[in-house]
Amino acid sequence: MRRLSWFNTVSLSLGFAFLYLPMIILITYSFNEGKLVTVWSGFSTKWYGELFRNEAFLNAAWVTLKVAVMSSSIATVLGTMAAYVMVRAGRFPGRTLFSGMIYAPLVMPEVITGLSLLLLFIAIGLDRGVLTIVLAHTTFSMCFVSVVVSSRLVTFDQSLEEAALDLGCTGFEAFRLVTLPIIMPAVVSGWLLAFTLSLDDLVIASFTSGPSSTTLPIKIFSAVRLGVSPEINALSTIMIGLVTVGVIGASLTSKRSIAKRQKDEQEAIQ
Amino acid sequence: MKRLGLILVPYLWLLALFLVPFLIVLKISLSDTELAIPPYTPTLDIAEGWEGIKTWWAGLDLENYTWLASDDLYWKAYLSSLKIAVISTLLTLIVGYPIAYGMSRAPDEWRPTLMMLIILPFWTSFLIRVYSWKAILSNEGLLNQLLIYLGIITDPLVILNTNVAVYIGIVYTYLPFMVLPIYSALERLDESLLEAAEDLGCSRFTAFWLVTMPLSKQGIIAGSFLVFIPAMGEFVIPALLGGSKTLMIGKVLWEEFFSNRDWPVASAVAVVLLLLLIIPIVLFQRNEEKQREAQK
Repeated sequence: MRRLSWFNTVSLSLGFAFLYLPMIILITYSFNEGKLVTVWSGFSTKWYGELFRNEAFLNAAWVTLKVAVMSSSIATVLGTMAAYVMVRAGRFPGRTLFSGMIYAPLVMPEVITGLSLLLLFIAIGLDRGVLTIVLAHTTFSMCFVSVVVSSRLVTFDQSLEEAALDLGCTGFEAFRLVTLPIIMPAVVSGWLLAFTLSLDDLVIASFTSGPSSTTLPIKIFSAVRLGVSPEINALSTIMIGLVTVGVIGASLTSKRSIAKRQKDEQEAIQ
Repeated sequence: MKRLGLILVPYLWLLALFLVPFLIVLKISLSDTELAIPPYTPTLDIAEGWEGIKTWWAGLDLENYTWLASDDLYWKAYLSSLKIAVISTLLTLIVGYPIAYGMSRAPDEWRPTLMMLIILPFWTSFLIRVYSWKAILSNEGLLNQLLIYLGIITDPLVILNTNVAVYIGIVYTYLPFMVLPIYSALERLDESLLEAAEDLGCSRFTAFWLVTMPLSKQGIIAGSFLVFIPAMGEFVIPALLGGSKTLMIGKVLWEEFFSNRDWPVASAVAVVLLLLLIIPIVLFQRNEEKQREAQK
């Protein structure tokens, strides 16, 4: 077995300390009694209580969740279609433009995406609200979904689909019964990615939201712009906790399903 | 027929919500500011037919761009964004490379856990990760408390609301983007090459410099672009950690739009920013293609 040299041990420990200390400090101080976030004055969970009594935060959290579920679901359907087109449709007029429009939003600065969508909504007279944020989030996250799904589709054995077609499936049936189950892990991780991108987005949501549709990041941003607040620390701790449980849970499930598949395959061989 | 539908749905969506909005930005950047709703002129009135289009076309000019070129605020903002993006990309490389190297040399059974530890921050909110530095870097913050307690300094260092805080913020939030491509390059590295170099009389350091470094070049390039491109247009980090003197173009665009309500100038700023980013984006894509070809 290989052992880590002292240099690698030091660089890994320093690196991970750098990555995790700020978050650990933030979580610790969310349980601080006092209002000051830099002076420890005793353990308390009172900021969590304050948070759950704060109507504005709860409303914003609800709006954010609604937007994230809707936009990531639409983005998953559109992104999977786009990936299918990119990998399978062969040549068609305007293909270069299409792939350009898939990749450009990945690197486009958020301020530009936000500004351009806002100007569009104003030009066509669409009132800003939940709908406009959903449209905006769907547009940039479908590109991420399509990149994730197409990387799976490339390695997919096309003869399986052809076999289904030979056995009398229609094109859509072959997709639903053969292709979709195989690319499902990529579709699910695409959805998760779109969901977190939407939960997290401040800039594009600021441009495309109306007064009645403030999202959580907008709320957090305006609260922390001036200084540190223990309520935001409590909120951040809850969000970090949820993500950690989600990511570790998802990776354990996928590990188990890979192990199960390997076992099944081995049994099938025997 | 079905194939057509499959292509058309995502195609039309992207045309309507990506390309058209961008053309609108381009058009408004050529318009004049007006105290009205919408706050720019001319607006296209299709109802007037050909005459309407002609007067609309005649009303467009490059005035906002000459304004950008003549007011040195914008030049300084572009240059300072460029400087901040370059310095923080280098810093991210210096911090990220040893981590990626350590990961690639770690025992096999640790690697999934180490990978997970690098990716986990990426899933947590960007805003919260930037915010977490505020309590550490402020004048009475934890870093200053620690340094004073250790007797290293007597007066608190001013870090928050300066460019240094912006560098720290960028390095911190974009670190996974640097570590992952370098790690994937180092992981593929054949260790017998290093042994060969050492057998041929290289010291460990020379072997690293002559063998490992060049072979991880693609990863370094990919990671640097992945940090540089978003850092250039960054808004959240300078807004939360930077001071009033921190000039970054993303922040200027935001203020031009939300505080000054000058839409034509904001649009012109956006167009120029995009033009500046096209060069690194094209270079990045070339690098990716080269890598894909090398793998074949």
